[in-house]
Amino acid sequence: MMIGNWLDIGPVTQIEPGTARTLPVLGCEEIAVFHTMRGEFFALRNQCPHKQGPLSQGIVHGDVVTCPLHNWNISLRSGKALGDDEGCVPTIPLKVDAGRLYLLRSAVVTRAEAA
Amino acid sequence: MNAPVNFERAGLPGNGRERLVVIGNGMAGCRAVEEILARDPLRFDVTIFGAEPRVNYNRIMLSPVLAGEKTFDEIVINTPEWYEDNGITLVSGDKVVSIDRETQSVIAASGRVEPYDRLLIATGSDPFIIPVPGKDLDGVVTFRDLDDVDRMLAAADRGGSAVVIGGGLLGLEAAHGLNLRGMKVTVIHLMPTLMERQLDEAAGYLLRSELERRGQTILTGANTKEILGEGGRVAGVRLEDGTEIACDIVVMAVGIRPATALAREAGLEVERGIMVDDHMVTSDPAVLAVGECVQHRGTCYGLVAPLWEMCRALADHATGAPTGYEGSVTSTKLKVSGIDLFSAGDFSGGEGCEDIVMRDAARGAYKRVIVKENRLIGAVLYGDTADGSWYFDLMKKGEDIAPIREALIFGQAFASGGALADPNAAVAALSDDAEICGCNGVSKGTVVKAIQGGACSLDTVRSTCKASASCGSCTGLVESLLALTLGGEVQSGPKTLCKCTSFTHDDVRRLILEKELKLIPQVMQELHWTTPDGCSSCRPALNYYLLCAWPGEYEDDQKSRFVNERMHANIQKDGTYSVVPRMWGGLTNPRELRAIADVVEKYDAPMVKVTGGQRLDIFGIRKEDLPAVWADLNAAGMISGHAYGKSLRTVKTCVGSEWCRFGTQDSTGLGVKIEHMTWGSWMPHKFKIAVSGCPRNCAEATIKDFGVICVDSGYELHVGGNGGIKVRATDFLCKVSTEEEAMDMCAAFTQLYREEAHYLERTAPWIERVGLQYVKDRLAEAGAVERYAARFRYSQQFMQDDPWARRAAGEDAKLHQHLAEVRPFPTAPKPQLENA
Ligand SMILES: Cc1cc2nc3c(=O)[nH]c(=O)nc-3n(C[C@H](O)[C@H](O)[C@H](O)COP(=O)(O)OP(=O)(O)OC[C@H]3O[C@@H](n4cnc5c(N)ncnc54)[C@H](O)[C@@H]3O)c2cc1C
Ligand code: FES
Repeated sequence: MMIGNWLDIGPVTQIEPGTARTLPVLGCEEIAVFHTMRGEFFALRNQCPHKQGPLSQGIVHGDVVTCPLHNWNISLRSGKALGDDEGCVPTIPLKVDAGRLYLLRSAVVTRAEAA
Repeated sequence: MNAPVNFERAGLPGNGRERLVVIGNGMAGCRAVEEILARDPLRFDVTIFGAEPRVNYNRIMLSPVLAGEKTFDEIVINTPEWYEDNGITLVSGDKVVSIDRETQSVIAASGRVEPYDRLLIATGSDPFIIPVPGKDLDGVVTFRDLDDVDRMLAAADRGGSAVVIGGGLLGLEAAHGLNLRGMKVTVIHLMPTLMERQLDEAAGYLLRSELERRGQTILTGANTKEILGEGGRVAGVRLEDGTEIACDIVVMAVGIRPATALAREAGLEVERGIMVDDHMVTSDPAVLAVGECVQHRGTCYGLVAPLWEMCRALADHATGAPTGYEGSVTSTKLKVSGIDLFSAGDFSGGEGCEDIVMRDAARGAYKRVIVKENRLIGAVLYGDTADGSWYFDLMKKGEDIAPIREALIFGQAFASGGALADPNAAVAALSDDAEICGCNGVSKGTVVKAIQGGACSLDTVRSTCKASASCGSCTGLVESLLALTLGGEVQSGPKTLCKCTSFTHDDVRRLILEKELKLIPQVMQELHWTTPDGCSSCRPALNYYLLCAWPGEYEDDQKSRFVNERMHANIQKDGTYSVVPRMWGGLTNPRELRAIADVVEKYDAPMVKVTGGQRLDIFGIRKEDLPAVWADLNAAGMISGHAYGKSLRTVKTCVGSEWCRFGTQDSTGLGVKIEHMTWGSWMPHKFKIAVSGCPRNCAEATIKDFGVICVDSGYELHVGGNGGIKVRATDFLCKVSTEEEAMDMCAAFTQLYREEAHYLERTAPWIERVGLQYVKDRLAEAGAVERYAARFRYSQQFMQDDPWARRAAGEDAKLHQHLAEVRPFPTAPKPQLENA
């Protein structure tokens, strides 16, 4: 069943455009959910590939977030560091349906099982 | 789903034709029938059921009907004669209520039962109604069919005001029509940008300004909470933030849902839409579906262009020569007279995508094309849509645009003209009297002469002949002329603010004032930003420049703030924050110390440290706890210490004349007074002040941005010091004899720095760049100190509002709270969600 695979994390209106909010997952890594100015949503592990900066606190421009600690630019789409920096943060599949946000359940909890 | 169907079945009617029943007398249903007839007019006996009591008309033209630009008769597609001439039975005004796939028949509301050999579902979409209280009140209408238009026209006849919920294509066309019909219209849109699915922020801003100019009220980021009624009729709308808008009619235009109920109940495979294959066949081979009600390769469409292609594939298949439909690239045009807007393809950007942006502020035009792997994949045009179809064509054909890439944004005329494909060549081809700079009326000949006369950089061209010195939209042309005239000898100009613009910090600051630019998207449009919404360098800079230019008017943009300024605390490497409460002049008392000690214990702060600025820094506070920590500190009378900001940090003092045997003047008291005057002011960079009571300088005033050294005969004022990476001792500015003069000079110097330095430039590099003499001269002009000081104090009225108190009271709570918390059980992997 499709529905069962998706975790409903609430209405889209919870996240202002151009910002992100956090979703702690007990026993594993916190997730940052982004809403771009263009109205797209993305979910990534809330950890910069450089030195684990909380990406949720960075400035969002286009589909990029600038890490608040040392200004690495991270693509929200791929999780990859842009420019000369190298590294990648895991992304979590996200979908919007009828005004609500859903994250792929398995991507949210796999790390919990591994841990 | 792809199994071929055998149409040669038994039990056909007397004439030997198959019975084709169509549900939906709309654009797709009728088009499909037309396509079939064109291929094989004798194959089917056709019966069409339509819920609407009329013939098929061009639904997209309902907008011009509403606006009074067309009549219903003008938009009819299939007249009654068409049905008759083609032997089609039209059952209009009778809705099909169920499909019986066992007996292969449909049942209508009237009780009519119609057997079929082939069924075509073309039920279109239903308008989505947001489930708010009051949605069923009289006067809440949708915008889908002629009856809706009639309802709106009846309301418009009575006059009054309308609220349109939804700022997408449909909502804006409804708003436009009602506005032309004399109603006062307010558009409520949930997202920050109008038509956000078709437009980016920049084009949305232009559209919004134009609609506002026409008298509509546009509320973006507005969430409808309730529709208010009076005696069963609509009386107004209440938003989530409490705003109420009185109105006589509410048009709900928030989106559409494929009309799938019939198909779902009949047991056909349905996801968002009715699932069809490339031949428009559903999960039942005898049932076809077409139009907005279907889902093809994962996509549901809401525009007509895909219908035509679907209908072609459907007819090919139904008449035995299957070809297949592979999905459509769509484009959108807004049908509001006088507004030219075009959008097509994918413009959300992404991996490997590159934006090419061109803005022409003088003409209010904006163009953006998105290129990926040398293919054009999206375009947004506002103001000048002449090239829309050309871009759309390039996109659909997937043509390699590498050879014309440089000139692509200039449009077809430039790009496809062989030699003209090189923008420099295009400029070279212009005649000498062709106008280059519209703002200053400078011709090509004049620019070339200026360049030949020695102007070898953009800047010198600007200062010699004024070309590109105003709005800057011709910068590209001037650069081409420089390249053409000088070959490789063009000098690169001064550093631009960031890679999103060709303007320098000084240009941007000057133009914000000259053109009275008061919003970030407005600056980006007027100054031709080359990115849709800037970057992490220019957003904070623009936010500061606007804040400084328009105190009290400009609303601080939190999302353009660096984390520390947004959170009013300093982020640490583990993601927690440190908190520094203000202690005026470095003085404190038992009550404050006790409150700090309590906070440290209550929130388990692992470290407290005395800072270089004579404050106490509490480490390890989590973002969720910040508002509570601040509330506790506020309760003891302490406010934000701004240790996190590009702002006044601290005023450091020494022990002072009350205790120190060397002290002169009331230096500590002066420090406290200066801190009361300057706290809370946003600056280009952090700003530190110190006041020492004697030249022994215990407060280290000579490595501060502004330092005061008290002597017996008065106050020596020093500026531009820095104790950071590159230590710089202050320059001596002047000596004054009273405390008032010292305070005024401090305010004036601070304001000069606030108004003229570049963002992220401390006073030390600023003074080295402009020269101490310049600063002295500016402040020595007649009345200058009073003027600057007055501007500083005016601005301070709006800045001295403790951000901690506001947050503690619940403002911007979302910045501190988690979205929710996921608690997966260790055994079952099914996560539970707890709302925070
Ligand atoms: C105001 C407006 C402006 C638009 N502007 C544009 C535009 O500029 N460009 C563009 O590309 N698109 C535009 N569209 C969208 C376009 O009109 C649709 O994409 C198109 O009409 C879809 O065709 P369809 O046949 O799938 O649905 P429809 O045209 O809606 O036809 C479906 C028909 O089925 C009938 N029906 C539904 N259920 C039943 C049932 N159970 N029994 C019998 N009959 C039933 C409905 O009454 C309706 O008449 C606009 C739409 C509107 C409303
Ligand atoms: S941790 Fe993100 S840039 Fe260093």
